[in-house]
Amino acid sequence: MAIFSDPFDALDSFQQALDAFRASDWLEAGPSGGGAYPPLNVFRKGDDFIIITEIPGVKKSDLDLQVKGRTLRLSGEKTLGFPEKAAVHRRERLSGRFDRAVTLPVEIDPDGVKAEYRDGILALFLPRAESDKPRTIKIG
Amino acid sequence: MSKDAKEKATTMAESKEMAVREKKELVAKEEKTVPGRYFIPYADIYETDEVLAVVLEMPGVEKKDLDVGLENDVLRVDGRIDFSKYKEMEPVYAEYNVGHYARSFALSNTIDREKISANLEDGVLTLTLPKAKHAQPRKIAIA
Repeated sequence: MAIFSDPFDALDSFQQALDAFRASDWLEAGPSGGGAYPPLNVFRKGDDFIIITEIPGVKKSDLDLQVKGRTLRLSGEKTLGFPEKAAVHRRERLSGRFDRAVTLPVEIDPDGVKAEYRDGILALFLPRAESDKPRTIKIG
Repeated sequence: MSKDAKEKATTMAESKEMAVREKKELVAKEEKTVPGRYFIPYADIYETDEVLAVVLEMPGVEKKDLDVGLENDVLRVDGRIDFSKYKEMEPVYAEYNVGHYARSFALSNTIDREKISANLEDGVLTLTLPKAKHAQPRKIAIA
């Protein structure tokens, strides 16, 4: 599926595609951590998968990521800092602990998992396990 | 309140868990001429003796794509997302949408416009609006 056909369409198509995949049931909840935060988007790049999530304001040191088999667990705490003598006029940002585990429907190579955190976005590169890669079958 | 309900209430108050919210889409009076949907970033506004601070959550926005401007007493914030990093990636599952962020605030004359500063870190933009001298609280000595 070619998503980026024309620069002006590209963004809108991408956003429409994300809307379409809201109904996908590709991901299951993991055995531990039944929280819903942070929200995840999963992308496929070749045989590998990339999970992207938005956690603005969370410091790298307050983030914990674990991988076991096909399950990923992301936990931590988001804290807001208000100076002591401040009168708060509006509070829309949320804070608190989070603990979320998800189970992927594919086998990944745990040693090859890479995580990158920048500008409040956490990107997890999940390379597919060799044993789980699809094999091309020659048709005789 | 029954004993069970009381116990549950205490436990829930003690462990504060993060909640998930849908992004609020921006429905602007003027249409944008650039492609891509805009969302309204969540904001905290607080005030101290010296400053008024506006903290906005705009994950994914880099300094180069952030525009903060002041015109006619309106402070406008516009943060764009660089979609090029999503090239070659096909979505298979989505729980949130990705888009640019914009929000504007009307400023009162108590703000010293020359000294407004902005700081972007971990996707959080903090705008510090120092109060003009005449608006800062003053202690009056009693003779």
